[in-house]
Amino acid sequence: MISSNSKVILEVRNLSASVAGIEILKGINLTVRSGEVHAIMGPNGSGKSTFSKVLAGHPGYTVTGGEVLFEGQNLLELPPEERARNGVFLAFQYPIEIPGVSNSAFLRLTYNTQQAHRGGEELDPLEFNDFIQEKCKIVEMDPSFLDRSVNEGFSGGEKKRNEILQMAVLDPRLAILDETDSGLDIDALRIVASGVNKLMTPDNAVIMVTHYQRLLNYITPDFVHVMRRGRIIKTGGKELALELETRGYDWLDDEYQRATPA
Amino acid sequence: MSTTLEALINRPYEYGFVTDIESDAIPKGLSEDVVRLISKKKNEPDWLLEFRLSAYRHWLTMTEPVWANVSHAKIDYQNIIYYSAPKPKKKLASMDEVDPELLRTFEKLGVPMHERKMLANVAVDVIFDSVSVTTTYKEKLAEVGIIFCSFSEAVQHHPDLVKQYLGSVVPSADNFFAALNSAVFTDGSFCYIPKNTKCPMDLSTYFRINNAESGQFERTLIIAEEGSHVSYLEGCTAPRFDTNQLHAAVVELVVLDNAEIKYSTVQNWYAGDENGVGGIYNFVTKRGLCKGVNSKISWTQVETGSAITWKYPSCVLLGDNSIGEFYSVALTNHHQQADTGTKMIHIGKNTRSRIVSKGISAGQSNNSYRGLVKVGAKADGARNYSQCDSMLIGSVCGAHTFPYIEVMNSTAKVEHEASTSRIGEDQMFYFASRGIGGEEAVSMIINGFCKEVFNHLPMEFAVEATKLLGLKLEGSVG
Repeated sequence: MISSNSKVILEVRNLSASVAGIEILKGINLTVRSGEVHAIMGPNGSGKSTFSKVLAGHPGYTVTGGEVLFEGQNLLELPPEERARNGVFLAFQYPIEIPGVSNSAFLRLTYNTQQAHRGGEELDPLEFNDFIQEKCKIVEMDPSFLDRSVNEGFSGGEKKRNEILQMAVLDPRLAILDETDSGLDIDALRIVASGVNKLMTPDNAVIMVTHYQRLLNYITPDFVHVMRRGRIIKTGGKELALELETRGYDWLDDEYQRATPA
Repeated sequence: MSTTLEALINRPYEYGFVTDIESDAIPKGLSEDVVRLISKKKNEPDWLLEFRLSAYRHWLTMTEPVWANVSHAKIDYQNIIYYSAPKPKKKLASMDEVDPELLRTFEKLGVPMHERKMLANVAVDVIFDSVSVTTTYKEKLAEVGIIFCSFSEAVQHHPDLVKQYLGSVVPSADNFFAALNSAVFTDGSFCYIPKNTKCPMDLSTYFRINNAESGQFERTLIIAEEGSHVSYLEGCTAPRFDTNQLHAAVVELVVLDNAEIKYSTVQNWYAGDENGVGGIYNFVTKRGLCKGVNSKISWTQVETGSAITWKYPSCVLLGDNSIGEFYSVALTNHHQQADTGTKMIHIGKNTRSRIVSKGISAGQSNNSYRGLVKVGAKADGARNYSQCDSMLIGSVCGAHTFPYIEVMNSTAKVEHEASTSRIGEDQMFYFASRGIGGEEAVSMIINGFCKEVFNHLPMEFAVEATKLLGLKLEGSVG
């Protein structure tokens, strides 16, 4: 499925970013091609979540250097809503609750906004109902969740499933899953992972940010990157994740320091 | 009445008003003569003049209330014209002549074309002739014996009803602004629902188009006889401009046994500009009396306009098992100030009340909820539930809650819940990451926040109110 001929979806070059004046990302390089699954691992505070938020355009972070091309276009000059409409999707680690707004109304608005942007057909509530019922099956979500307020009173697992449901609705070119496995029990993890697998096509790509190897048992990455202090210090295949599971991160640190003398 | 007194009362305009009798306006200022002149111009019976005069005399002894959480320049009550007959506005030939800003608002609100014309005072097509619409409704209402007319008409044609109920809920000396209104009110609406009648349609002030200019001191009186039911709509979402800065209306509702009044308001008076210059001062006294057993009053309000809103639609729960409800959305932006809430006075046994208040503050505005729940000594089994939620947009606005609870009966149950939240960066980012931009996101968050109140509005009002809030908040988020 993957070859070096696959289209480049995301090209990150020497990206650095700060929050409140503190530099968090210190020169990230990453190339993601269509059909690929990338896992970004690393200990707490290594900058993984910051990286995903910067890609999606969180206004709290300031890009201080480097560039990001998304399908050849300068992503950093776009506001977050346009990045989303162009096909960048971020599944949140902590999805926000929106009291009083029904899940189905929210999903339909996001879908129709997306469709309007792509020049596709917008759906009325009845048509959308048929459409969304099918999508619910992907994450084994009971349709009764559609009538509830977005994420309000959802369990941790339900919130994460709802994120993947949104991904199914928006059909992004690049999905960034920020610690989607955190707080999930094993059943929920299996459902969420299988949802993501069903949504994978040769034309899209996934970046998974995670602490743990266990998610990678369900979604097989093509590349595993290790982040440490704002940089990617090692890239390998899926076996790297297994190695991290047994050896931790510190050995990589030492190796990296030897390779790049200060 | 002594002849001297009579002579005094009937003494015509010796301060030079005589020459003005043919003209539409009387000079600025307020005096007993002005009150008499208003009454005379409206051809009112003596008892109504007496009502006005006693209100005026009491008003002279009162001072403006200062307890509300609002501030404004001192109002010069002698610098106001208290009576001017509705001047026919110049009819515009086409929509091209209408202020483009107003057109943009109509567009955003989705007001139907014929309504836009009516509101913008453009001559209306024959098909949509507002007068004939009004007439059709009037005929339909008359069939079931419902009286729905201007207050002035009611004084002329149904004086006994007006006399019986006027001031029975809001006494003329109730408060400073109610007293002022009682002295100088010019017109308003009157509505009477006979026994066991369910009003076949929502009564809207909108259909009383011939009396649209009821002025700054509006008076409304609604009476629901035993077993009757009516839903009354006041105002509209389209912005209303008025040269009168001070508005002091009084609304009285009377509900008898097993009857119900549902009163819905959308208020969008001119709020002043972005710097807080201009705008209406809206000092309103609204109160309903649940006089009969099992009676019910439900107030729903969406307050988005006026520079200052001072308004507490209240329920006096006199009849046993009567119910009072208050659902409110108050939105303030720029330099607007709102001090609004309700009073639930439990007097009868097993009376119940429910308060749901949603305050939204943006810009540099200040939004206060002020509410009183009072349970009298005889109100066995009274229950109240209050919920006050505030939402802040930006960092320089204010939200305040002033709940007063007075309970004199140990069997009463009173609950109060309050919350304050803020539309934050993370919420906005969540929407953005799904492709939804700033204004649409705020609109959706706000409408979700207000849903519980909007659910109590009549359908078409709810749809417009939803759009209205979005419109009022334009540009208030990054």
